[in-house]
Amino acid sequence: MIENRPAVTIISHCMLILGVAIIAFPIWITFVAATHDAVRMVQIPLPLLPGGHFFENLNQALNKGISGGANQGVVMMLFNSLVMAMMIAVGKIAISLLSAFAIVYFRFPFRMGFFWMIFITLMLPVEVRIIPTFEVVANLNMLNTYWGLSIPLIASATATFMFRQTFLTIPDELLEAARIDGAGPMRFFFDILLPMSRTNIAALFVILFIYGWNQYLWPLLVTTDQSMFTIVMAIKQMLEAAEQAPEWNIIMMTTLLAMLPPVLVVIFMQKLFVKGLTETEK
Amino acid sequence: MLKKVHFGPSYLPYLLVAPQILITVVFFIWPAGHALYQSLLIQDAFGLSTEFVWFENFEVLFEDDHYFDTFKRTVFFSVLVAGLSMGFSLILAAMADRVVKGAMAYRTLLIWPYAVAPVVAGALWVFMLDPTLGILTYGLSAMGYDWNHKLNGSEAMTLVVVAAAWKQVAYNFLFFLAAMQSIPKSLIEAAAIDGAGPVRRFWSIIFPLISPTTFFLLVVNIVYAFFDTFGIIHAITQGGPAKATEILVYKVYNDGFVGLDLGGSAAQSVILMAIVIGLTVVQFRYVEKKVEYQ
Amino acid sequence: MIIKKKLLKAVAVVAISGFSASAMAATEVQWWHAMGGTNGERVNKIAADFNASQSDYKVTPSYKGNYTETMTAAIAAFRAKKQPHIVQVFEVGTATMMAAKGAVYPVEQVMKDAGEPFNKSIYLPAVISYYQTSDGELLSMPFNSSTPVLWYNKDAFKKAGVKSPPETWDEMKSASEKLVAAGYKCGFSFGWQSWVMIENYGAWNNIAMGTKENGFTGTDTTFTFNNAKVKARIASIADWSKDKLFTYGGRRGDSLSMFTNGECGMWMNSSAYYGSIKKQAKFEFGQTMLPLDTDVASKPQNSIIGGATLWVLKGGKSDEYKGVAKFMTYLSSPEVQAWWHQETGYVPITTPAYELSKKQGFYNSNPGTDTAIKQLSLNQPTANSRGIRFGNFVQIRDVINEELEAIWNGSKTASQGLDDAASRGDKLLRKFERANK
Repeated sequence: MIENRPAVTIISHCMLILGVAIIAFPIWITFVAATHDAVRMVQIPLPLLPGGHFFENLNQALNKGISGGANQGVVMMLFNSLVMAMMIAVGKIAISLLSAFAIVYFRFPFRMGFFWMIFITLMLPVEVRIIPTFEVVANLNMLNTYWGLSIPLIASATATFMFRQTFLTIPDELLEAARIDGAGPMRFFFDILLPMSRTNIAALFVILFIYGWNQYLWPLLVTTDQSMFTIVMAIKQMLEAAEQAPEWNIIMMTTLLAMLPPVLVVIFMQKLFVKGLTETEK
Repeated sequence: MLKKVHFGPSYLPYLLVAPQILITVVFFIWPAGHALYQSLLIQDAFGLSTEFVWFENFEVLFEDDHYFDTFKRTVFFSVLVAGLSMGFSLILAAMADRVVKGAMAYRTLLIWPYAVAPVVAGALWVFMLDPTLGILTYGLSAMGYDWNHKLNGSEAMTLVVVAAAWKQVAYNFLFFLAAMQSIPKSLIEAAAIDGAGPVRRFWSIIFPLISPTTFFLLVVNIVYAFFDTFGIIHAITQGGPAKATEILVYKVYNDGFVGLDLGGSAAQSVILMAIVIGLTVVQFRYVEKKVEYQ
Repeated sequence: MIIKKKLLKAVAVVAISGFSASAMAATEVQWWHAMGGTNGERVNKIAADFNASQSDYKVTPSYKGNYTETMTAAIAAFRAKKQPHIVQVFEVGTATMMAAKGAVYPVEQVMKDAGEPFNKSIYLPAVISYYQTSDGELLSMPFNSSTPVLWYNKDAFKKAGVKSPPETWDEMKSASEKLVAAGYKCGFSFGWQSWVMIENYGAWNNIAMGTKENGFTGTDTTFTFNNAKVKARIASIADWSKDKLFTYGGRRGDSLSMFTNGECGMWMNSSAYYGSIKKQAKFEFGQTMLPLDTDVASKPQNSIIGGATLWVLKGGKSDEYKGVAKFMTYLSSPEVQAWWHQETGYVPITTPAYELSKKQGFYNSNPGTDTAIKQLSLNQPTANSRGIRFGNFVQIRDVINEELEAIWNGSKTASQGLDDAASRGDKLLRKFERANK
């Protein structure tokens, strides 16, 4: 500490606690809503303290659900979301590492052309090109498959761009040394580049896992088979069951379940995530 | 761009970029090209009758006052989201930078909204501020304020801004805190010896030194507000009331996906793509420069 | 990399096994629907019962999101030649579906081609008139149909001293005044406002909302709902909202909780909310017919339906369409219809189903549940009350929603808002006319 001013420190703590309280309030309300029964959830004022129906609701959400489209409960959907998120994260990291390696460490015709081709995909969200993308996926017979769910979302440059930044900061001497040792490009890639990008890979994994887990519109379009539905879709569909009032207790329980995996990933990979993220700035 | 030292020419780099290029071409360039072509057509929803109209869809857009309103609204929305979430996280980061004990605990507690899906975030906030059931609505009405974001456009805008900013606080906080912690302590100590108080030190030393991070975050936040808030708006207001929360991405979705006006929607996509490319170039320039400094 | 391979292998196994289990033996009929929640479970039950009743065909229902999401998913699938056989489309999508002659297989034709007996006279005229061509061919099969009714809180009426439920708009006003005076937060509210306050207001008071018989006789139609009568009614409601006689609560059914909480004593919306209200309201409630506007008409005409119908899409094999026809027959059978009607609050689509429900004593034990069907069949439908058929109507409803919201929150007058809605709507009609030449 630069100087000792207890008052300032106390104020800092108070403000931080206030900030945490503001940020965490919605999740508390979600939790509370998930512990009451349906009747309590339509009476004003809504409760601020938990009730006694947590396990009942958990059981219903897991095994029955409320949405008729998916009355097998949300377990299958959690699994589908997991597979989709993993495929997106792992797939994107794999192809991006390879392409960034090629672009940074090789000189070859059309290098810049390839780079810009990838780069242009950086930010355009799926929502604005969704119908033509759907047609492509349908023509490739990938509807209702994990491939169809994940591969179109892999087409984005964020990861390539980030690895490119990382590779650029790796000292040239390493490559020279590797060449003196007679190491080929792939050997260099696996022995030197991969270990040195560990934190970036971890950070990207977190980002992409969350990105994949949180998709909504795309899974809705490419899945028609109920056994392929994802959890985030389920929440939206519970919210607007036609001509019926939403069952908030089950919706909020499902919301909790849907939030849990990505939140756990962020919290447990926090150190690597923060390090990887802030070292390269995206 | 390229390493000074690099591998010699071979077929290998083509193999390495092949998967990504393949996916990009099939799932991005081709559909985007299709959207480009579609923007020159007037077509019924099923694709059974098609008329090629050149730039008429664009002309209609540029003559439509509602489209320009949407443009202005999007900018306004983005500035509010970026300002609110960055301001809030800057304060929190400055506080966390000061406290020695518990900074990491605070970080853990602040980081998780980043992981919440936009649609889910929307559902949470709409639940808390439902005009009849919402717990916050109840609190507000106890204070004498009648909240109804389904009727009042400014309240609807406030709600989507707050929900969107809430989700982004975690990300901004991480960057601000990391930037502040990388400032050499000796600089701050020197200022303290000169008698500068904590607030003065923040504005005269810390804030200027983290300005590159601030600029970076500004771009990221604007891009986030432009494109990634779709799910939030979709879950909370669906663009209403009376278009009060309809931003560009939502309009593309709404005209194309709900209204089935594929040509008009594709024309908007093309305009959005142009904006994206512009923003990308800005960000790219900036990042390139930073790398040169290192 | 090894982990990835393993994962992919596991995924492939799951994908393949999931696939092969569903694609065997019986001819499969795909049915995409928009029924979430408990109604979705009922849809699954109908399909399962049908599948159990015979072994040649297997109907596979699939939830595709809300009405607009379902319709767009089906259209996107059609463009990619992966369309389902049956898709549930809400009533405002009718004109869009109808115009797509190359995509839609009229239900009457499906039945004829499959050699399935089909007696159109058992269907209720007010229900099927909405979905017929001008020559009387039935295009799609009504599935979940409802009509707006006036829901009211009997306990609140007693407390406020309202003797009988309002029958006219003047009585709506006086009842609302009494409710507010008795301490209620608002007199009445409504949802699906374009449907209730523009489309059904027109039908009930027998005035047109657009030219060309509300679009039935041609796509070159224009809107006339910005007439003095509608303007006067909307203006008065906007005026009442200052005294809390009316409170706006959202575009769809969002305002339901205002009624079930006891905040608003009356609520105008679909008869299909019966189940939800029964579950949530802790007071005695009733339903009655919509109020008449005595400044416009001397007696009520009939209301028009909402909800959705099942459309058959072209492109499948002929034996699959035989399955579709068999399923349509099953769906229209009195037992299935009566069950669906009694469980959901949707209107039965055939006279035998209505008669069966009567015989089972359903209306005696659930008074008021026949309001919707009575209201729909109050009179032989006129050109103004047969239904509406406007292209791009999904977007036009949004326009009407937006302009009405601007009127409710005071940023536009009723006259301004309705004129803007009509001129913006006309533009969309022209666009539709052009795209569907």
